Amino acid sequence: MSNPIQAEKEYREYLEQGRLMLLRDNESGKCMFYPRVVAPGTGSTDLEWVEASGKGTVYSVTTVRQRPPSPGYNVSLIDLEEGPRMMARVEGLAPDDVKIGQKVTARFIQEDDVALVVFDPV
Amino acid sequence: MDNFPRAKTAVVGAATFGLGEAHGYSSIEMAAHAGVEALKMAGLRTSDVDALFICLPFDAMSGISLAEYYGIHPKLTDNNRTGGSSSVSQMEHAALALEAGICDVALITYGSNQRSATGKLQTPVGLGGVESVYKPRNPVSSYALAAHRHMHEFGTTREQLAQVALSARQWAKLNPEAFEQGDLTLDDVLSSRMVSDPLTVRDCCLITDGAGAMVMTRADKARDICKNPAYLLGAAAATTHMSISSMPDLTRTAAIESGARAYAQAGVRAADIDVLSLYDAFTINVLLFLEDLGFCAKGEGGAFVSDGRIAPGGQLPVNTNGGGLSCCHPGQYGMFANIEAIRQVMGLADKRQISDVNLALAHTNGGNLSSQATAIFGSSSTV
Repeated sequence: MSNPIQAEKEYREYLEQGRLMLLRDNESGKCMFYPRVVAPGTGSTDLEWVEASGKGTVYSVTTVRQRPPSPGYNVSLIDLEEGPRMMARVEGLAPDDVKIGQKVTARFIQEDDVALVVFDPV
Repeated sequence: MDNFPRAKTAVVGAATFGLGEAHGYSSIEMAAHAGVEALKMAGLRTSDVDALFICLPFDAMSGISLAEYYGIHPKLTDNNRTGGSSSVSQMEHAALALEAGICDVALITYGSNQRSATGKLQTPVGLGGVESVYKPRNPVSSYALAAHRHMHEFGTTREQLAQVALSARQWAKLNPEAFEQGDLTLDDVLSSRMVSDPLTVRDCCLITDGAGAMVMTRADKARDICKNPAYLLGAAAATTHMSISSMPDLTRTAAIESGARAYAQAGVRAADIDVLSLYDAFTINVLLFLEDLGFCAKGEGGAFVSDGRIAPGGQLPVNTNGGGLSCCHPGQYGMFANIEAIRQVMGLADKRQISDVNLALAHTNGGNLSSQATAIFGSSSTV
């Protein structure tokens, strides 16, 4: 096998470049998240990186409360346009105003020296 | 339909130790105490044990550790790591090993000193970096995401979720072992500190110490050493994901699958069950499991638990010990869900005893709604 995929390392490297990349299983045509070296469900290894559009919809939402005066913050599950679901944070709205069904789009930031994708309301 | 050995094995001893606070005890000491008490109930000693099933919070080889601790040389040791569902899976595997003649006396035990040692929920579960960077306060946030989705799809309300906590507290008041005995009102639940919306601290299980143990033998021996054995009629597990972002549908758990298989093994239906133990790490769990195990239709769990239906005096007794919400939650509550169901079948539940219990179901949950395992116990009349 030539160049077996290093899913986690390559994903992080793309993210550092400000790109949200998904692994697509060429057998089923389905994208997965998180990136794995085999496609979940099928075991296919015929995988290819594709760039996500960054468009998504909030599937579920919670506000993680902190001890005051630290503010609560959002944690959401985002259904990406390409199919897979990921955990992320929606910014640009008060945490309590992030609702299920909200359309969002990806933005790339650095937080604690880690490249991160967050989402803004559309 | 599989070939699970229905009623070929039974629980002949079940005991708890140190529920609430057990200052000064290590986790293995607590598990060892509970194990010896469960064995005593069956007139057995540690030297009779030839299969050992355990799971200690931070001992990846705890099966071997407890064998050394007891000074026994079991034929089989097991250290199942499916979180809160581990004890049901261990009963399932013990039943198979007993039936195959690989062992004769299986001891399943668990202990955790998490409250007195750290004051925090001890969970060795690591989440992949793709979630932890967003700092969900797990496990609460994962269950909160499921709760919000249930509210969105079915109109479930925070008041309905709170009914689960109120019912649990009413049961706890009948159980001297329960850690929380104080009055609890709807307003208390709704106005208590929000942890991860929509779940307040009163929608979340307790953080306590506690140990529990069960002894299993083949049915022929069980009848000789126990007046009312709790026969294991079915036990099945299923899993759909580890982290909540990989759960296919946040309102449908793998209990649908584990429950269906356990019912088929036992040859019974939801309507036949007399008393239920449902792993209530959070109030939302009880709604999900009532639906997924067929006690009400999908989405109707909120309405189902209203009007005291699962409280003392209600039509369907659920978590008669007070559950993880009001009795105890030492990290993995599954053992205690089983023990309460077993006590109900054995007729040992004192003031909270349900009359004429022939069938009890214990459903347990591990991870972030990840691993689901269902056990069905029966009295001698069901064999």
